Amino acid sequence: MEFEAPAVQLGAIGPEIALVTTALLLLIVDAFIPEGEERWYLAVLATIGFGVAIILAANQWGERELQLARMVAVDNFATFVKTSVAVFAVLTVWLSRDYLKRSEDEESEFYALLLFAAAGMMLMASAADLIMVFLALEIFSISLYVLVGFRRRSLASQESAMKYFLLGAFSSAFFLMGIALVYGATGTTNFYPGGGGEGIAGYLVSSAASDVDLLVLGVGLLIVGLGFKIAAVPFHMWTPDAYQGAPSPITGFMAAGTKFAAVATMLRLFVVVLYPLRADWRPILIAVAIATMLLGSVLAVIQEDVKRLLAYSSIAHAGFVLTGLIAANDRGLSGSLFYLATYGLTVLGAFAVVTVLAGRKERNVTLASYRGLFYERPLLAGALTLFMLSLAGVPLTSGFVGKFLVFGAAIQAGYWWLAVIGMLASVIATFFYLRVLVVMYMQEDDRGLQPAITGRLANSVVGLTAAATLVLGIVWGPLIDLAERATVFFA
Amino acid sequence: MTLDSYVPILFLIVLSTLFAVASIWVSSRIGPRAPTPAKLTPYESGIVPEGGIEKQRFPVKFYLVAMLFIIFDIETVFLYPWAVAYDNLKLFGLIEMGVFIAILLAAYVYVWRRGGLEWVD
Amino acid sequence: MTRVDPGYFLALAGLMFSIGVVGTLVRRNAIVIFMFVELMLNAVNLAFITFARMHGELDGQVLVFFVLVVAAAEAVVGLAIILRIYRLRESANVDDVNLLKW
Repeated sequence: MEFEAPAVQLGAIGPEIALVTTALLLLIVDAFIPEGEERWYLAVLATIGFGVAIILAANQWGERELQLARMVAVDNFATFVKTSVAVFAVLTVWLSRDYLKRSEDEESEFYALLLFAAAGMMLMASAADLIMVFLALEIFSISLYVLVGFRRRSLASQESAMKYFLLGAFSSAFFLMGIALVYGATGTTNFYPGGGGEGIAGYLVSSAASDVDLLVLGVGLLIVGLGFKIAAVPFHMWTPDAYQGAPSPITGFMAAGTKFAAVATMLRLFVVVLYPLRADWRPILIAVAIATMLLGSVLAVIQEDVKRLLAYSSIAHAGFVLTGLIAANDRGLSGSLFYLATYGLTVLGAFAVVTVLAGRKERNVTLASYRGLFYERPLLAGALTLFMLSLAGVPLTSGFVGKFLVFGAAIQAGYWWLAVIGMLASVIATFFYLRVLVVMYMQEDDRGLQPAITGRLANSVVGLTAAATLVLGIVWGPLIDLAERATVFFA
Repeated sequence: MTLDSYVPILFLIVLSTLFAVASIWVSSRIGPRAPTPAKLTPYESGIVPEGGIEKQRFPVKFYLVAMLFIIFDIETVFLYPWAVAYDNLKLFGLIEMGVFIAILLAAYVYVWRRGGLEWVD
Repeated sequence: MTRVDPGYFLALAGLMFSIGVVGTLVRRNAIVIFMFVELMLNAVNLAFITFARMHGELDGQVLVFFVLVVAAAEAVVGLAIILRIYRLRESANVDDVNLLKW
């Protein structure tokens, strides 16, 4: 059998290689340094790794090609997602540094797993083959299973890790069966035509519409697997438990990064590759989106724990961003990208405030403990106010612009009723965001809630995300412009 | 496929059977014998067997060793297709596999330095 | 050599997958649940190999390697988590683990 070695351009996955190399370096360096020393260098090394990854990713802007045996797409879309994920991860590293400081949990594994998770999320964005999607998905999922259970002496943390793991493995099996059925129907797992194969996209163009039953069944199972990762109803059961039990910085990173990576894959897969099949996947996703928006918003209203409240809010937001995907037009694509980038920064900020108040012992996470926060810590309360308003979609915050874009795209595509349901869900959601504000401003408490973390890094993360939320809500032009240029796919 | 192609497999079966039988026979011949009660009890992976073994808890180290074994063992699965295609892949394949082994080695160094291979604390 | 209809293999894969789904949903012990998930993954492997044979190519068999390795990594992490719960709680029963409630 004649065989030709594939041309390997490792530069295509340069950012991921930078992250994985840094992670391995962290693990080995730390293993040789005696215990009991202050481990400031871990966070510094991780930050450098992400810095290199951001530079390498930014350098790929404007390129448009398939690399590594047509498994990896290098395009603006991937670059946009990769850069955003790296920024989320850097903020998480800084927040974690103050969270873990001088604790037994401050270990190289924490940062190394964060680097691995970010590498997997980045790979998700540029994966151009279903098996690459699966590998990327598992790289970040397995890292997150461990990170969720990182508070080793806390039973709640272990419990949430177990629930996340069991349901995650369950959904991976569905995703894999989806890949198998797509492979059975089309004879390929590659997205795009070329290189001697026609790819899934080419298959859909060339074949008659009558023999796609197996393919549609496979796509349905893919939706189950990806729907789990973005926490869409009815695959959301793990979300509140995992968010509550995980260390708070990790919860923020999960909400920001996992959602972005999984939706990025969905955008590439459904809007570009499976576009000819949209009559089949649209009804499924519409049902999922409506259930997700409504159930997420309604159940958040009755939550008493801030982390669970934000978990249900993140479920609702998965539904909002799905409306942009369902629109399946250019505005929907760029709108979803803008939405997820700004939502990520806002939700990271919200969890940063939670982290600062809760500390490593995860105390003061009930809504009642936020009573009178404004009178104790006006700046923290002000930042949290901004995040809540942005999540609710109030004008002059980035959340408003994002919602405006995705609902606008849905209306343009003729799904005005979906946009109306979305707005209705937003109104319900506003209720519980306001509830947090009422607790902070209207109710007094003589207990005097003090932040558990006073580190400068953690506070700067709160400041940076708050600034981003405000600035992107007023000067949204440049980021929308970038998001629009990012929708140049390799197609 | 002709029968000829099965000859190496037959050869391997005969050779491995011979080796296994010969090793047992040789060790029973030349090994010293000093039976003690401890040596005559059933082997249960190193712990003293008692009644109601199903109620007992195994030291966590057994799980650790099993996990390390699973993970390093399964990685070698990639060596087989590489070995089969080696003639076609040539230097490229060798370098790629070198990178793969280097990553595994990093994991090994990590496990070793963190005390994952120590039996006694 | 008689050729077995690949449909039978696919039916078997579907059956194994369904047993895995049902088992995951009805069983309570974390380790048993995880074994059912492994059964689902093996059903996927069987489907991959059958489809590879139907298409007359090797791609599907290559995919099985990746599934195997990822499943092993997942098993290691999963068992470690379950073990830790067991040490904190002395139980591997999913229903006994109930701190987190909505």
